[in-house]
Amino acid sequence: MGRYVARRLLQMIPVFIGSTLLIFSMMYALPGDPVAALYGEKQPDPAQIAAIKHQLGMDLPLWHQYWNYLIGLFQGDFGTQIATQRPVADVIEQAFPVTIRLTLFAFVFTVLVGVLLGMVSGLFADKAFDRIVLIFTLLLISIPSFVLGYLFQYLFAFQLDWLTPTVQDSRDIGQLLLPAIVLAALSLAYVTRLTRTSVAENLRADYIRTAIAKGLPRRRVVGIHLLRNSLIPVVTFLGTDIGALMAGAVVTEGIFNVHGVGNTIFEALNRREGSTVVGIATLIVIVYLVASLLVDLLYAVLDPRIRYD
Amino acid sequence: MRGAKTMQWSALAAAVALAATACGGSDGDGGSAAGKPAGYVSMFNGEPQHPLMPSNTNEKFGGYVIDALFTGLVGYDAKGGLVNMNAESVDTKDNKTWTVKLKKGWKFHDGTDVTAESYVKAWNWMANVKNKQANSYWFGDIKGYEDVHPEKGDPKKDEMSGLKVVDDQTFTIELSEPVPYFEYKLGYKTFTPLPESFYKDPKGFGQKPVGNGPYEFQKWTHNKLIQVKAVDSYKGSNKAKNKGIQFKNYSKLESAYQDALSGNLDLVDGVGPKDLPKRKADFGDRALDVPYAGTQSIVPAFYSKPFKDVDPKVIQGLSMAIDRKTITKTVLQGTRIPSKGFTPPQVKGYQKLDTDVLSYNPKKAKQYIEDGGGIPGNKIWIQYNADGGHKEWVTAVCNSITKATGVKCVGDSKPDFQTDLEGRQADKVKGMYRGGWLADYPLNINFMQDLYKTGASTNYGRFSDKKVDELFTKGDHADSLEASVKDYQAAEKELLKKMPSIPLWDYAANIVHGEDIDGVKVGFDGNVLITDITVK
Repeated sequence: MGRYVARRLLQMIPVFIGSTLLIFSMMYALPGDPVAALYGEKQPDPAQIAAIKHQLGMDLPLWHQYWNYLIGLFQGDFGTQIATQRPVADVIEQAFPVTIRLTLFAFVFTVLVGVLLGMVSGLFADKAFDRIVLIFTLLLISIPSFVLGYLFQYLFAFQLDWLTPTVQDSRDIGQLLLPAIVLAALSLAYVTRLTRTSVAENLRADYIRTAIAKGLPRRRVVGIHLLRNSLIPVVTFLGTDIGALMAGAVVTEGIFNVHGVGNTIFEALNRREGSTVVGIATLIVIVYLVASLLVDLLYAVLDPRIRYD
Repeated sequence: MRGAKTMQWSALAAAVALAATACGGSDGDGGSAAGKPAGYVSMFNGEPQHPLMPSNTNEKFGGYVIDALFTGLVGYDAKGGLVNMNAESVDTKDNKTWTVKLKKGWKFHDGTDVTAESYVKAWNWMANVKNKQANSYWFGDIKGYEDVHPEKGDPKKDEMSGLKVVDDQTFTIELSEPVPYFEYKLGYKTFTPLPESFYKDPKGFGQKPVGNGPYEFQKWTHNKLIQVKAVDSYKGSNKAKNKGIQFKNYSKLESAYQDALSGNLDLVDGVGPKDLPKRKADFGDRALDVPYAGTQSIVPAFYSKPFKDVDPKVIQGLSMAIDRKTITKTVLQGTRIPSKGFTPPQVKGYQKLDTDVLSYNPKKAKQYIEDGGGIPGNKIWIQYNADGGHKEWVTAVCNSITKATGVKCVGDSKPDFQTDLEGRQADKVKGMYRGGWLADYPLNINFMQDLYKTGASTNYGRFSDKKVDELFTKGDHADSLEASVKDYQAAEKELLKKMPSIPLWDYAANIVHGEDIDGVKVGFDGNVLITDITVK
């Protein structure tokens, strides 16, 4: 197990370098000069542009810039934003916790509600409840998240007056409830459907029949034998979903004015703030990598037949 | 064994959750539920693009805060007239040497006096190329600017020879050439004083500025809000009528609109396209449209295939093919006002041009284009940035042109403003580009000199005309401001014959505000006059 984890961690290094290099060069290749943009519509002052570029090391060749960036990264330096002159680390430190909370919230919601709904409808496949759940999840999948966002805003803020339409304090967990649910809606539908199918299928499996034949109580058959095996595909989905939720929060964060990663990366991209984009993207890459490692480790917990040595 | 593994798993999950909540830390904002102290006004804003520094702020979000914190020598009234602020008087005999006398008793928010030295030293610092301030070119008129801001290399001197401190309350500005309207420029936000404490830590100042304006800086929670508090002892004429302002950071106009609607936000000075049609229904007479000094135009690139060596008659024809009235009413929801000239009515020197070039006349349009020899390939492009909500009207303008004249017109969309600008700077515009100009100072000169003078900084159409240049130069060398404005009026008439651009419409600020505030007025530049807002 330990060796397996070590090997996986080592594998992360080339993936990490490859992805940062890719994003870095893509930012470099984009048209639009971020330094010239500081001057707005006016024709910029060439002497000043040269001075700013020199200070930020932007006059060096691409490979040199990337090398400097990597070296900085290993010393915990994410670089400096061009326009605001703030350290990118500060910007990330402000945005990341917000999004992690939002994501975690959405994630917990997805897992709890999705697995529960999926299990119940799987156990009662083709009954009325199952039909309702199928229609409900189909609706969720087909409604774009911004429609759902505005709909919720209208319903809960303006009609029922339960909440403020946008998030006043991005760090307040209570206020993140609504955006988190909107963010989770799509994954929720997938998780429900995955669980349902898996449960309905495994219900007919030999080992379940054996368990029932052994005379085990129903709670144990469903809770331990059925659920654990049915969760394997769901866990795979959830693992990659964490990253997708973080990166996909752009729309939801915009609607509810949450100042998280989605907003920050969108803004940075617009201003060609390369170091900010690469910094955030790098962190998301790490989240993806760690999540997929966790998923693989969870397989062993869920299915005793899987062993990592 | 199995139990142990499950334990490991849940411990891990708990650790992740803990880390997520812990690294957020507390904000320590305090305040009421909405987080706004009593008597304060909350308004829509965004994260300033630069640290808060008058000479480095050239966009709206930072501009609002700078205007709240700093007061310069002069300001403008609602009609574009000049008013003295920190200056007791600004005098000149020859338009070359200007003597500035300051009002007595003005203080920075840290308690130190505002003196002539506070201005002179600050301007020298701001103009210096080493300090890389985006607005440094504003000091270009002053004698000795080349010494501190050479086109290449390091500055030769630290001070401009044109600036001299006479005594604590007086200093003189010598220009390298007479500029009759220099006083008007002094109202731009970069001409502010800086306190002595600034020079110890310029970088820290940008995060925690100390000004001399109607408000003093309280806090800046990045990406969330900037709060400023009214200064009781402020001596200027624009003393705040409220207790303070909260500039709240919204990434989208739409979400700010929702907040204003539900009463969580007092003021939004912009309405997104989605909400434009219903703003009157939602806010009634608290939805305002106030015209200000900004225009939209389309500008031919005179090096491009369709417009190289073009007869101005063709451009006049294109202008007459655009149905401005209908487009502003339908596509733009009545938020713009069809242009009547090259300048908007809110500036000094605005004149009524006796012309039908700017009104819709499909028959004449076709005739003019034919008389002018037509357009090579019978096709034009309008370049615009897709991130600024321009697509709809560009399409409408194109349709109008094609329908009236048969000239094929296509929108040339660039993903964002920077790509659009890069194309313009590199002379790569295929036909025309979307031009927009907001007044820096309310004079007709500001709408012509930077845009149409040969080689001017924002003349991306590369328009060049001897006669126009001559008239501009004449205006720049006039004896008085009045004469200068008049010469530029003559130049505007000449522009109508040469058509360096097709003026489309002037801007209006679209404002919605809550029931708790009153007295919402707009300055010539389209910004809300925040000191005038009263809280009920």
